[in-house]
Amino acid sequence: MKRPEPVQVVKQRRDAALSALVSGVPYIQYLGLTFDRRGDELTGVLPFDEKLIGNPLLPALHGGVTAAFLEATAVITLSWSYLWEDIESGALDFDPSTAPKLPRLPKTVDFSVDYLRSGLPRDAYARARINRSGRRYASVHVEGWQDNRDRLFAQATGHFVMPQRR
Amino acid sequence: MSDPDKLKLARQFIEAIPHSRDLGMELTEMDDGVAVITMPYDDRLIGDPETGVISGGAVSALMDTCCGAAVMSHPENLGGTATLDLRIDYMRAATPGQAITTRATCYHVTRSVAFVRATACDDDSDNPVATATGAFTVEGKR
Repeated sequence: MKRPEPVQVVKQRRDAALSALVSGVPYIQYLGLTFDRRGDELTGVLPFDEKLIGNPLLPALHGGVTAAFLEATAVITLSWSYLWEDIESGALDFDPSTAPKLPRLPKTVDFSVDYLRSGLPRDAYARARINRSGRRYASVHVEGWQDNRDRLFAQATGHFVMPQRR
Repeated sequence: MSDPDKLKLARQFIEAIPHSRDLGMELTEMDDGVAVITMPYDDRLIGDPETGVISGGAVSALMDTCCGAAVMSHPENLGGTATLDLRIDYMRAATPGQAITTRATCYHVTRSVAFVRATACDDDSDNPVATATGAFTVEGKR
């Protein structure tokens, strides 16, 4: 039997893949969105920033920021799950020194957001669940929260067209 | 027609939104339940680095602002508003380098809810980039 790979090697490969995926999208960088990884589970983290405010009187996060945050979390989570096997097998190379060509991201067809309470001026978190992922289409649900995981401030469902394997 | 003082305040409110300012949104029309807002092309908003196409998230922010402005400009809504639900359909990729213009119409208002639809276009105005439908809160009616 093959010996399991050393833990650092596995972690390094997964983190390099995630970082390449996320840093390749300028809009994710603009929002300041990062991803926390535990095994294959991703949590989107949106640190609060003044530029994300939509209602200065309350103040509250911009509804568009909430939508963008949930959508970006859905797209990255979907790509991540779609690429997972190739990341694990090493078939995809994410070594920044070799300037790898990144795989295409899924395309959003529609995205529907429920605003459950106003987004407070503090950090927000989101996790996506892939309800169905076929060869061509995927349906993803995303939940967003701030202080309490059980008190969602927004949730969304979206449909996506998957990139075609070359 | 809406009350000009109320409209002026609503316009100032929309123009002061930090996130909308940061994205360079410009309000060109706002009256009687209709709002038009333009967002210039910006490298920071790219969602697909290979093609330079603007991210769906940035289009969402534009749609949400414009729908909110349409609700605030409606004569039967006296105060601010908040998004209850917003659905966006992405029909095609926006052409890189072109500004995106959204027109939102608040087509029905009840005592508590305002219903809105919006269309976003780039230079090819016959061929929308995205459409949105949403429900917003209504303030000030007793």
